[in-house]
Amino acid sequence: MRAITLIAALLFAQAASAQEPVPQLVPDVSQRDINIQSRFTGAELLLFGAILFPRGVVPDEQVDVAVVLRGPTRPIIVREKQKVAGIWVNAQSVDFRSAPTYYAIASSRPLGKIVDAKTAAIYELGLDQLQLSPSGEINTGELRRFTRGLVDLNNRDGLYGESSGSVDITGQVLYRARLKIPSSVPEGKYVAETLLIRNGRVIVADDSVTVSISKTGFERFITIMAQRYSLLYGALAVMLSLLLGWLAGWAFGRQ
Amino acid sequence: MDIYLPIAGLSVNVLVIILLGGAVGMLSGMFGVGGGFLTTPLLIFYGIPPTVAAASASTQVTGASVSGVFAHLRRGGVDFHMGAVLVAGGMLGTLFGALLFSLLEQWGQIDTVINILYVLMLGGIGGMMAKESWQSVRARRTGTTLPPRKRRHHPLVANLPGRWRFYRSGLYISPLAPLILGFVTGILTMLLGVGGGFIMIPAMLYLLGMSANVVVGTSLFQILFVTISSTMVHSLTTKAVDIVLALFLLIGSVTGAQIGARFAQRLQPDYLRLLLSAIVLLVALRMIVGLGWQPDEIYTVQLL
Repeated sequence: MRAITLIAALLFAQAASAQEPVPQLVPDVSQRDINIQSRFTGAELLLFGAILFPRGVVPDEQVDVAVVLRGPTRPIIVREKQKVAGIWVNAQSVDFRSAPTYYAIASSRPLGKIVDAKTAAIYELGLDQLQLSPSGEINTGELRRFTRGLVDLNNRDGLYGESSGSVDITGQVLYRARLKIPSSVPEGKYVAETLLIRNGRVIVADDSVTVSISKTGFERFITIMAQRYSLLYGALAVMLSLLLGWLAGWAFGRQ
Repeated sequence: MDIYLPIAGLSVNVLVIILLGGAVGMLSGMFGVGGGFLTTPLLIFYGIPPTVAAASASTQVTGASVSGVFAHLRRGGVDFHMGAVLVAGGMLGTLFGALLFSLLEQWGQIDTVINILYVLMLGGIGGMMAKESWQSVRARRTGTTLPPRKRRHHPLVANLPGRWRFYRSGLYISPLAPLILGFVTGILTMLLGVGGGFIMIPAMLYLLGMSANVVVGTSLFQILFVTISSTMVHSLTTKAVDIVLALFLLIGSVTGAQIGARFAQRLQPDYLRLLLSAIVLLVALRMIVGLGWQPDEIYTVQLL
């Protein structure tokens, strides 16, 4: 309801000023805070919003929308297994200084049809366009192989995803898309970027929406304890196992 | 019912974890082994990160061995003197194991080393056990009796310097032998999340030549303390003990262990051992396949 009044107000304001030649985006998301608690099995985010055209005039030509949700970046090592002396062992590896922990993109039509290669590279649109900044010297062939390996791995785990045709645009004005977040998602600040695309180029990009994912309650307590009070935590784990083992022995011994 | 594991960082089905713990507990109750050798690979197979699996499995083994230790204490089946030397070696082993763990992790070879260790350990011991139990089963069938095995320690053990008397074990040997044995199993506990009863029991019988009535109790005594030490070392270094995961594994395994112990009384020990060796060899085989086959995904990611 609040979102609707907000959109209405902005529509009105836009119509009143009516000077900006470029359209504007009013993006929003169904959930700004995702709490990880004991029943967390992943989440589904609805990214939606409105496209405000100058003077409220909707153009005849088709516009496209792409939404991207990015997780915090981390430095990682990607290792590749090779067959050495009959067994598969980690052989080569590449360090990446900033790989997104999560990356999902949804677009109204296949990305290859709505943006040209240069635009896709600049805005990192699509799984094959991720900029991972490898450290050290590495040739392009290897870089591509390892990037593809990382993308494939994370794609299987649901941490990276690309889906075309999953952004619905209604009346060239309203858009919405659903993105899935698996339970193994890391904590942090996630940035949702919405891009308005016309004639192969990005006209407007808005990354003002953020989603914060964090553990709460008991899960947060356990994580902090394991990290900061490791000695106490370990002692607690030992005590728990001793108690349960003893209890079971006692309970069954009674029978 | 799904539940989120705070340290592993993903959600799992509680029933699967409890059943897994229960099945492993049954085995540990039936055969008097910790069962860690099954928990760790099964957890990894289910998608739990390997480090978390090994760390939490060792916590589970602690719980599974408690009631066994009590039972053997009542029967006087624990040689504390021998046990103390083994535990001392085991604790040193877990510390050294922690060092090895972080080194191997840096080189990116921890998974391979864990797999190879499993194959060697399970394949070797499983094979030995299968051969022996098969012989005794066949002997029972044909009605012949096997020549009794002589209890004596291995020449290697006899050559070690300095000798202590271990009264309950009926031994006069160098304390270095059990210390080294404890050290080796301590390393295995840290790396694999296993109690090490698998290695301990045959080594106690055939290398040290301990008297059979204190072997299982003393081995459980050592497992109890070394898995406690390994849980502590994991909590302090890798920070990978997932207490929620351990809790559900424990609920399953302590119950399973009691049921297994009751079940074991109705079965012939020889058949029981043959069954155990078959399970052990199957796990080893699965690991060999995993090493030699091209994995579905050849890339892995590690945070820096």
